[in-house]
Amino acid sequence: MRHDSIGAASHPTLTLRDVAKSFGPVVALRSGTLVAQPGSIHALVGENGAGKSTLVKIVAGVHRRDAGEFLLGGEPADFGSTAESKAAGVAVIYQEPTLFPDLSVTENIFMGRQLLGRGRRIDRAAMYAEAARLFAGLGVHIDPRRQALGLSIADQQIIEIAKAISLDARLLIMDEPTAALSGVEVERLFAVARRLRDEGRAIVFISHRFDEVFDLCDTVTVMRDGQYIATKPIADTSVEEIVGLMVGREVAELFPKTPAPIGDPVLQVSGLTASGVFHDVTFEVRAGEIVGLAGLVGAGRSEIARAIFGVDRYDSGSVRVKGCEVPPRDPAAAIRAGMAFVPEDRRRQGLVTEASVTDNITGVIRGSLARFGLLTKRMENAAAGPWAGRLEVKTGALDMNAKTMSGGNQQKVVIAKWLATKPTLLIIDEPTRGIDVGTKAEVHRLLSELAGQGMAILMISSELPEVLGMADRVLVVCEGRITADLPRDRATPEAVMHAATHALTGGHHGHPGGHHGHPGGAQDQQAAS
Amino acid sequence: MTTAPAPSKEPTVTVPDTSTEVQLLVEPSSLAPRRRMAQSLLRSRELSILAVLLLVIAAATIKNPSFLLSSSGWRDLLLTPSMLILLAVGQAAVIITRNVDLSVGSVLGLTAYLTGRLFIDHPGIPVVVVFAAGLLVGAVLGLVNGLLVALGRVPALVITLGTLYIYRGLVLSWAGSSRINASDLPAGFLALGTQQILTIPVLFLIAVVVLSAVGYYLYTARSGREFYAIGSDPDAAVLYGLNVRRRVIGAFLLSGALAGLAGVVFAARYGSVSSDAGTGIELQAVAAAVIGGVAIFGGSGTVWGAAIGAVLLVTINRALPMLGIPDFWQQALVGALILSAIVLDRVLSARQSRRLVEARDQS
Amino acid sequence: MTRTYAAYAHPLWRRLLLTREAAVVALVIAVSLWAYSNVPYFGDQLTLTYLLLDVTPILLIALPMTLVIITGEIDLSVASVVGLSSVLLGVLHERGFSIPVAALIALVVGALCGALNGYLVARVGLPSLAVTIGTLALYRGLAIGILGTKAVTDFPSDWTQRASETIGGTGIPAFMWVFLLLAVVFTLALHFSPFGRGVYDIGLGSEAAHFSGVKVERTKFVLFVLSGAVSALAGVFYTLRFGSARGDNAAGLELQVIAAVLLGGVSIFGGRGKLAGVVAGVLLIGIISSALRLQGITVNVINIIIGLLLVLSVISTTVLAWVSDVAARRNRGARPTKTPAGVGTL
Repeated sequence: MRHDSIGAASHPTLTLRDVAKSFGPVVALRSGTLVAQPGSIHALVGENGAGKSTLVKIVAGVHRRDAGEFLLGGEPADFGSTAESKAAGVAVIYQEPTLFPDLSVTENIFMGRQLLGRGRRIDRAAMYAEAARLFAGLGVHIDPRRQALGLSIADQQIIEIAKAISLDARLLIMDEPTAALSGVEVERLFAVARRLRDEGRAIVFISHRFDEVFDLCDTVTVMRDGQYIATKPIADTSVEEIVGLMVGREVAELFPKTPAPIGDPVLQVSGLTASGVFHDVTFEVRAGEIVGLAGLVGAGRSEIARAIFGVDRYDSGSVRVKGCEVPPRDPAAAIRAGMAFVPEDRRRQGLVTEASVTDNITGVIRGSLARFGLLTKRMENAAAGPWAGRLEVKTGALDMNAKTMSGGNQQKVVIAKWLATKPTLLIIDEPTRGIDVGTKAEVHRLLSELAGQGMAILMISSELPEVLGMADRVLVVCEGRITADLPRDRATPEAVMHAATHALTGGHHGHPGGHHGHPGGAQDQQAAS
Repeated sequence: MTTAPAPSKEPTVTVPDTSTEVQLLVEPSSLAPRRRMAQSLLRSRELSILAVLLLVIAAATIKNPSFLLSSSGWRDLLLTPSMLILLAVGQAAVIITRNVDLSVGSVLGLTAYLTGRLFIDHPGIPVVVVFAAGLLVGAVLGLVNGLLVALGRVPALVITLGTLYIYRGLVLSWAGSSRINASDLPAGFLALGTQQILTIPVLFLIAVVVLSAVGYYLYTARSGREFYAIGSDPDAAVLYGLNVRRRVIGAFLLSGALAGLAGVVFAARYGSVSSDAGTGIELQAVAAAVIGGVAIFGGSGTVWGAAIGAVLLVTINRALPMLGIPDFWQQALVGALILSAIVLDRVLSARQSRRLVEARDQS
Repeated sequence: MTRTYAAYAHPLWRRLLLTREAAVVALVIAVSLWAYSNVPYFGDQLTLTYLLLDVTPILLIALPMTLVIITGEIDLSVASVVGLSSVLLGVLHERGFSIPVAALIALVVGALCGALNGYLVARVGLPSLAVTIGTLALYRGLAIGILGTKAVTDFPSDWTQRASETIGGTGIPAFMWVFLLLAVVFTLALHFSPFGRGVYDIGLGSEAAHFSGVKVERTKFVLFVLSGAVSALAGVFYTLRFGSARGDNAAGLELQVIAAVLLGGVSIFGGRGKLAGVVAGVLLIGIISSALRLQGITVNVINIIIGLLLVLSVISTTVLAWVSDVAARRNRGARPTKTPAGVGTL
């Protein structure tokens, strides 16, 4: 095997072999293998749910592995806490850094190991000077005295990196650091990463953006479904090969969207703007149509969906369902208008995990179940049972907590909850994140079936094959704006990725002038696909 | 393709702008250090609350010059708040770690009674020993709180509500209906209540020494800074590998010890102690901290602010009659103060975050 | 293919008896039996009357407080509202208002007090702990400010008698009817209505509740208003029962109410608890106090017992969770899953 030869070279900074981890019944990592060399930037790629984050958390000391080999600089390692991994020279930079918002930037860097002056008192002057030196070394301008509150994600990451350097970490793991960064911020981060590599540190870089992986890294390891797949030198591989390894199957066979007649517009969004989040978002979704909302993580897709559903506020623009205006910031009104929303974060937003299956399924419809304002468990169970059955939710009884269920089963409960409202529009954010392959296919079949029955579906997904396989039309969001509207036949991976990294400037697709379009247009276009 | 939501007229964000804007936001302040210090001082909560305090004193003094300018007026100004300062300092340390200690009133009652008993049962006992005993007993009671909160992983509000009852029950069963009178206490100890050094009352000096020590510790010691980190984001504190349990226990220990000390001060100041001494004072201590700028959910504020808040509370109480307002309204005013303090904090932080979002959005 | 599901994983007796509420009820029965056979006069009608009269304010306020705590908030200002409504009743009576009119005004003011809490917590989004510490001082301060250290005591005797008269020869105070009515209303609202399900959802996951269309802000606001109104009602009762309106009436009662609610099995983190348990919790404190007082034991020991019960009851949850966690971890080593048959892992 390829990675064996790499691993045998000298003293790898990090060696993980056949590492496994389960959480209750859920297997998060079957067999993770990763060998990172000093002076190298090693890409770790895989779809969501491939086990990358679990792998990282084992190295960081957040989780303990159930099985497998874990060496750090050739020495066996087993961290019970983040303090231990830090002491061993491991620094992890998460997608959303964890800083203390009330404290200064400098205090954040040195917390717990502040520089001491006379009488073991904290020497602030020395710390400020050292922080300024670190920032200068990284080539960034950040005031060491300012509060961490209100820093951009990019600057927060820089502070995490400064912390890692001041710790003299030999292994730096960056978990999707670029997800929320703009172009120049990414450039700055890469310059810093290269500098650290040249100092002989090992860097593990997790990203979904292939252009970045190929730009920055020298080696790439691919994971899929909690398993190690392959390790390749970047020079010897291609995007196509990596995608093939990641997906591991033909796109077409997994995403069976059957053509359905497209009807009248159900959802019409026009000029939707929330300052700082998204701008002038205009589109529509028709009955029987699945519209995919693609783009990079952090581009503003989920935020758009949340604003449409009324969970988040927006500053201007309008949302109409079947021609009727939906008031802003009122999910209950959106539900009455016929919207359903399966959110991104299942455990915090989609479900009340501590509540029973019944309580969750009837969570939205219980108002209409009540008789004379009264509601009994019996009435709720009677209403929830059939929906659980239709979605084939696997549970011992309806009063079981949703907490202990697998991700796929939980997603079924969420979908059941919303289908019970008999919606005309289903907004579904990351429909198959963290779900095993079997249930994934079930969810896809269900979405296709619902569209066939005339439901309008707006689907947000970070998995390109899913979007391309399911959607009749793909809208691409980049930095809070819709940068492309691609019909099924023109939605190729290249076109979508292009638009998502804003290389596409609306040149060959959008019509810079026509904001609202002609009602018939979409239909023609759908007929073509 | 006509329904294509047309990309706006400038379809992509102009990237260079983004960077300059973002960097401008975090550009090192170009102010000279001294000016920066002056500016942050002016914006500090401690100073604004101090200004309110001075205003209250000025208003009362104009109405009635003896409020400040007589020797007893000056003494009372410093003497009356001494006990609450001690409690507020301990409470602030606890609140900074995102906890709360409601049991301080009961601890105070217990050590106040203990003080009297020590003098009655052991005539001739040195005053220093009595102070040490108060501190020690308070510390032990605080330790119990800390252990229950940190090890039981139960909200401090519930635990200290429980120990509020338990500790008060201990005082009540110990004291019964008996009370300590001034005649039971040695004259030397009672003199402490009014004694002055260079016109400054001794009890106030004790409070200031404690305040300075705790303030210095929280500002300059590694473990002191960890109090703030824990309160700012407890989960991040765990990720950082900080010893959260030890610090939380430490905060409660401190709060208990200072409440114990406050009990001895109570006995010296008032001379008489009944079993309900200090009932309800825990809420005043919390109020002092909140008014002084200690965020109720931890992470920010200073013991200095809490101490000034304590002085303000007590002084308002004394100033109201001077200003022609019956002192019955004092508590209502305190309530209004607490509410305006937290509403003001919210308004200011909302304005700041809106400014940051707008600045970023202009990119 | 659709399958059918069992509604419950466990048989009825297990769901009823192996609960926190059942434990508190059992404790109430045990303590009552012990007191009945060991404490002289405990079985007397007069004891029962005084016991119930004493706990009535706590019983009343505990109803809305339970809902407030289940949503994950807290209301520390209740006892101050009791004091304020007591003072209003007294002052308005002095000014010549009839008792019903004065009581009604006091109730409206109480609801307004709750509305201010609710506005600051639900709308502005301030922490309820800080807000209600502030209004605790504010409302109490208004009460003391209005009446000073005076007391109004010349209430018409027919009203003061009405507050403590009993139903026939049972020894049960007639005012318990009011409590019973409110208890039924609150029970229906919390346990048998969509509103109540929303209350639990807010406590268990307010974000998920918001995403499901639950009106989180409005629900919390309504609960604070109810808390204020019911506290004012308790204030009216308190005043008439003792025939005295004073600014410091019921000072410190908030802590007793919260202690009773938590003792009754409501989680301070929100999302868990039942009204039946809370009523049992209040009665438990009342019975213990009454029995000990009859034995000549003063209020001090009662304090210690209430405090210990409170601390033990919250610690026990942690300890039990820890024990079952350890047990589960041990089980996982032995068996592949600890979930009951039928729960798939997909």
